[in-house]
Amino acid sequence: MLKQTDLTSGGTTEKIVDHLFRHQAGKMVAVLSRLLGLENLPLAEDVVQEAFIKALQTWKINGAPENPEAWLLQVAKNKAIDLLRRQQLHKRFTQQEVIELTQNADHFFHEQEIADSQLRMIFACCHPSLKQEDQVALTLKIVSGFSLAEIARALVMNEAVVQKRIFRAKNFLRENNVVLEIPAGADLPGRLDSVYTVLYLLFNEGYNSLKTDELIRRDLCGEAMRCCKLLTEHPTIKHSVANALLALMCLQAARFNSRISVDNDIILLQQQDRSQWDHELIGVGYYYLNLSSGGDVISSYHIEAAIAAEHAMAAHFEDTNWTRLLQLYDLLLEAKPAPVTQLNRAVVLAQLGNIETAITSILSIHGIDQLLRSNHLYSAVLGDLYKRLSNTVKAHEYFTHAQQLTPSLAEKKLLQLRLDELVKQNN
Amino acid sequence: MKSFMFLFRGGLDPHTASPDEMQSNMQKWMGWVDELKKKDIYTAGEALMPSGKTLRKGNVSTDGPFTESKEIVGGFFIIKADNIDAALKIAESCPDLPLGGSVEVRDVMVF
Repeated sequence: MLKQTDLTSGGTTEKIVDHLFRHQAGKMVAVLSRLLGLENLPLAEDVVQEAFIKALQTWKINGAPENPEAWLLQVAKNKAIDLLRRQQLHKRFTQQEVIELTQNADHFFHEQEIADSQLRMIFACCHPSLKQEDQVALTLKIVSGFSLAEIARALVMNEAVVQKRIFRAKNFLRENNVVLEIPAGADLPGRLDSVYTVLYLLFNEGYNSLKTDELIRRDLCGEAMRCCKLLTEHPTIKHSVANALLALMCLQAARFNSRISVDNDIILLQQQDRSQWDHELIGVGYYYLNLSSGGDVISSYHIEAAIAAEHAMAAHFEDTNWTRLLQLYDLLLEAKPAPVTQLNRAVVLAQLGNIETAITSILSIHGIDQLLRSNHLYSAVLGDLYKRLSNTVKAHEYFTHAQQLTPSLAEKKLLQLRLDELVKQNN
Repeated sequence: MKSFMFLFRGGLDPHTASPDEMQSNMQKWMGWVDELKKKDIYTAGEALMPSGKTLRKGNVSTDGPFTESKEIVGGFFIIKADNIDAALKIAESCPDLPLGGSVEVRDVMVF
């Protein structure tokens, strides 16, 4: 998983791992929602918040208990049982239900059941009838224990918008009586696809977005990987695609540190210091990539992971196997005929020396005029290709356009560098 | 060396804080306590529940104190320092100060 920085050292603080509360929040809400029913999600969230308040108030001065994780689960369980008895008074549960739930409570707090509950919650949050934007926000809130403010920061949006999305999504779950389950049979593949898409989005938002701070981006990637790992470990889910997605995430995340300089400038793949790559994580990526080949499907995640692996395998940029990459991009284009795939394929073509073909292939992307107006990447790549053809006029035109379009300061700086290079090239 | 009491009020609002914010606040506190213990400054400390009972003449106990949450004493330390200025200096590292919390520093009376 992502390397985590030490918060503090020495004494009692060592017992508490990074993001323990965040991860426990997701676990506890999932377990309690399974115990109390998903329709009682708000009650579950309250119980969890109370457990954390109790931990915060006592641990901060007296230190953490021997096993903080178990302590939190125990407190949550006790509070839930208390709550059941109190809710019985409000007729939310019958006496019989309270007796049964109280007796069964222990079962839900076993390790395998906790993992199972979390997965059920992921499936509920990524329910295909929800809008994708709502799936993403709800997953971060419920599964990952992000606050509204943290979601807003992570997705670079207004807190009120996040609140609206979560409100809407929770309403949907309640009104449609969505239950916490691992989908089975014919339902499973489609439901899994929704989950993969959300996790992939979360990861990419963390990996690519330059609009927000490093810490929260790392958290997004970490959460996507943690959820994906849960999928790979479940006994009844067919793992091949989950393994491929996790492989892709590991191989990408391994380059996290080398992509941005200390001054928050973007470092392109070509200039990255490959010794800075997290080789342990690359190893984990290979491991899951190997596992992923066991299935009978080849998903776009398989191909993207294979592409990331090609880059990871090259000791130097010059050693990159561009021929192999072109084959992979051809495959990917069949599986996922997206404009950005065509753009990336064109970059590979150019690396193989076919710069003119690369330019033609970009300009022939369906809807390229609109893409050029809305996304700076296309102009940035075209500028680079024209620069390599020494067509400084066109290169200047595209770089300037990309620079105006990108919202990211780091990218503006990078493009300014490219523009400065053009002037030198001309002299 | 004299003894001083720190009384903590306010700080992070745990009802609106995210789990991560709570953990990070808590770890700052734990780090602070560890540091004070290492320097052999820390004598004792406890966290207090936000509500309790108040007993007055006539033996009537009431729930409370019902003050605003930022006025409630959330915990206390007994620490050792040469004088009040040195004690205040130590209190400056309280992790809740940037979050709007306060530390009341009081001399423990010596007879």
